[in-house]
Amino acid sequence: MVTNLSKANVVMMKKLLVFTLIMFVFGYALVPFYEKFCEVTGINNLLKPDVLVKENWVDEKRWITVEFDANTRGLPWQFKPLQTSARIHPGEAISVMYEITNDSDREINGQAIPSYSPRFLDKHLKKFECFCFTKQVLKPYETRQMPVQFVIEPGLPPEINTVTISYTFFELPGSGSVATK
Amino acid sequence: MAAVHGDVHGHEHDDHHPSGIMRWVKTTNHKDIGTMYLWFSFAMFMVGGFLAMGIRAELYQPGIQILQPELFNQFTTLHGLIMVFGAIMPAFVGFANWQVPMMIGAPDMAFARMNNWSFWLLPVAATMLVGSFFVPGGAAAGGWTFYPPLSTQGGLGVDLMIFSVHVLGASSIMGSINIITTILNMRAPGMTMMKMPMFVWTWLITAYLLVLVMPVLAGVVTMLLTDRHFGTSFFNAAGGGDPVLFQHIFWFFGHPEVYIMILPAFGIVSEIIPTFSRKPLFGYSSMVYATASIAILSCIVWAHHMFTAGMPTVGQLFFMYATMLIAVPTGVKVFNWTATMWRGSMTFETPMLFAIGFIFLFVIGGFSGVICAIVPIDIQVQDTYYVIAHFHYVLVSGALFALFAGVYYWIPKWTGHMYSETLGKWHFWLSMFFFNATFFVQHFLGLAGMPRRIPDYNLQFADFNMISSLGAFGFGLTQLLFLYLVIDCIRNGEKAPQSPWDGATTLEWTHLPSPAPYHSFETPPIVK
Repeated sequence: MVTNLSKANVVMMKKLLVFTLIMFVFGYALVPFYEKFCEVTGINNLLKPDVLVKENWVDEKRWITVEFDANTRGLPWQFKPLQTSARIHPGEAISVMYEITNDSDREINGQAIPSYSPRFLDKHLKKFECFCFTKQVLKPYETRQMPVQFVIEPGLPPEINTVTISYTFFELPGSGSVATK
Repeated sequence: MAAVHGDVHGHEHDDHHPSGIMRWVKTTNHKDIGTMYLWFSFAMFMVGGFLAMGIRAELYQPGIQILQPELFNQFTTLHGLIMVFGAIMPAFVGFANWQVPMMIGAPDMAFARMNNWSFWLLPVAATMLVGSFFVPGGAAAGGWTFYPPLSTQGGLGVDLMIFSVHVLGASSIMGSINIITTILNMRAPGMTMMKMPMFVWTWLITAYLLVLVMPVLAGVVTMLLTDRHFGTSFFNAAGGGDPVLFQHIFWFFGHPEVYIMILPAFGIVSEIIPTFSRKPLFGYSSMVYATASIAILSCIVWAHHMFTAGMPTVGQLFFMYATMLIAVPTGVKVFNWTATMWRGSMTFETPMLFAIGFIFLFVIGGFSGVICAIVPIDIQVQDTYYVIAHFHYVLVSGALFALFAGVYYWIPKWTGHMYSETLGKWHFWLSMFFFNATFFVQHFLGLAGMPRRIPDYNLQFADFNMISSLGAFGFGLTQLLFLYLVIDCIRNGEKAPQSPWDGATTLEWTHLPSPAPYHSFETPPIVK
């Protein structure tokens, strides 16, 4: 009786330990699941090129001011747009050049992360070309000019006249030696 | 503290167990371990309470007087962590250790040695957590939810916090495995699942929730650790990660966690209300199903903590409706407690007072929870004192009041002595008054827009903050009365009869003398 009970208890413990292990793995499985979920639902696709909708039209009666902003965080680069703002019609494609310069004597990998104001602009902004789609590798003291091509769709709410597109460059792991921390 | 208890148990029985400090270090007895859990959680309650006093002292007046902002942030962070993981959770595990074997007629917990280990992990974790105040850079200061990027940037204190959460999680998982196995395999003959006391049911469901979500917490803090030191980028946007992902995984743990802290409280109240109403619990089986539904729903509502973090409207609607749905089984429970009291022969000893106080105040906290679940309102009150008031109504006047009720209810069985009813009533009424003075006004502060986790505030908030701080000081002092009362009960209390409560029907009152013998139910009782 007693040995049966302790055997049953150990079986139970093993089951629960396996369950615990499964839940630990599940916690990690949430990471790819979350990425896939965002990709499928299109929630977080700021770093992927958009496809132009065929029946695109240009709303020539309306003007939107687009302001361009550029920042770096924790890496010795200079980063700026060659024009600070542009006036465009909704639906009209535009290309803007940005310039980055590596001020240090090491090779650095950087990744630009976009941020929009107002936040829901990402629903109406279609980017075909952007330096943020891939990582940028700059040799020591190298300077590079890179384009962003995009359209703001006419579906943008009519009360919005000014929008801001901002990019921040972060350093990626795997850069040359003397990494900043 | 150990000495006090050693004395109590020592002279009453002739058991052949080691005496002195080694008895407590090596013990595998569920009653000893339960006692240690309870004293440990009370000590942590005092530490967390000290931090709360510091926070309220700083907020007594506008401006910076006592705590510099950095230290203030450490105080709020550690207050939350210590109260949740150090005080409330171990206290309920202490109750489970004492009560579950006695209430189901088992001789001890299923894995006695593992039980000892899961307790002794706690002081280790607590030392790391409290000790982190004294390392360079101080303790973690990014809030008890340790969101990145703050938690990926902090110093050594954050690492200590991460290790401490690992250890506490391991302790909780072992405790839960023990409790589940004990309840499922070791019930006395005749005690079917649907004859188990409500407290045992709520703990069974809580223990399942713990093994479900604690490993996820362990996973998410491990990801933080590797992000901090081993170059991974789970939560680092620059490396392709996402800080919002942390919030999703954390709250997948964090929301069931709040039910882990309230379901055993429901269980304690479901034992006390029938006893002092001298009627069986109204709607026992609906109570079981309501508890299970709350547990299941708690796993699909996590993102209501993140309405302002960026989410599609469809997601907000889903989490809003799912959250509001929890009010249904919770309402069933409140209805059943009220119906149990209806036409009962009620008396109002201290356990009953705390249980009724629990129902009143928990319902207030429940309603403010439904209000917070409404997306447009939540966007308004997010990170304000309204939220602080809400979760202190469910955690202090919910979980903590139920713990007090449980201590008063079972202390005659644990110590063999009655507590002082006069002091108990003083403790209740003072706690009731000061609790509401502290937290009720915080609803107004939150609605007026006072943000949480900030050491200074606008002058318009000064009056309510002063009231709240005075209430908090009173509430803190009142708990010293509780400490005195418990020690007085152990040392000088009147001898308790086997069942001092005439409505009590569970096994520990009907089959065991007071104090409960060191070894009980070595031959299982027959339950009809």
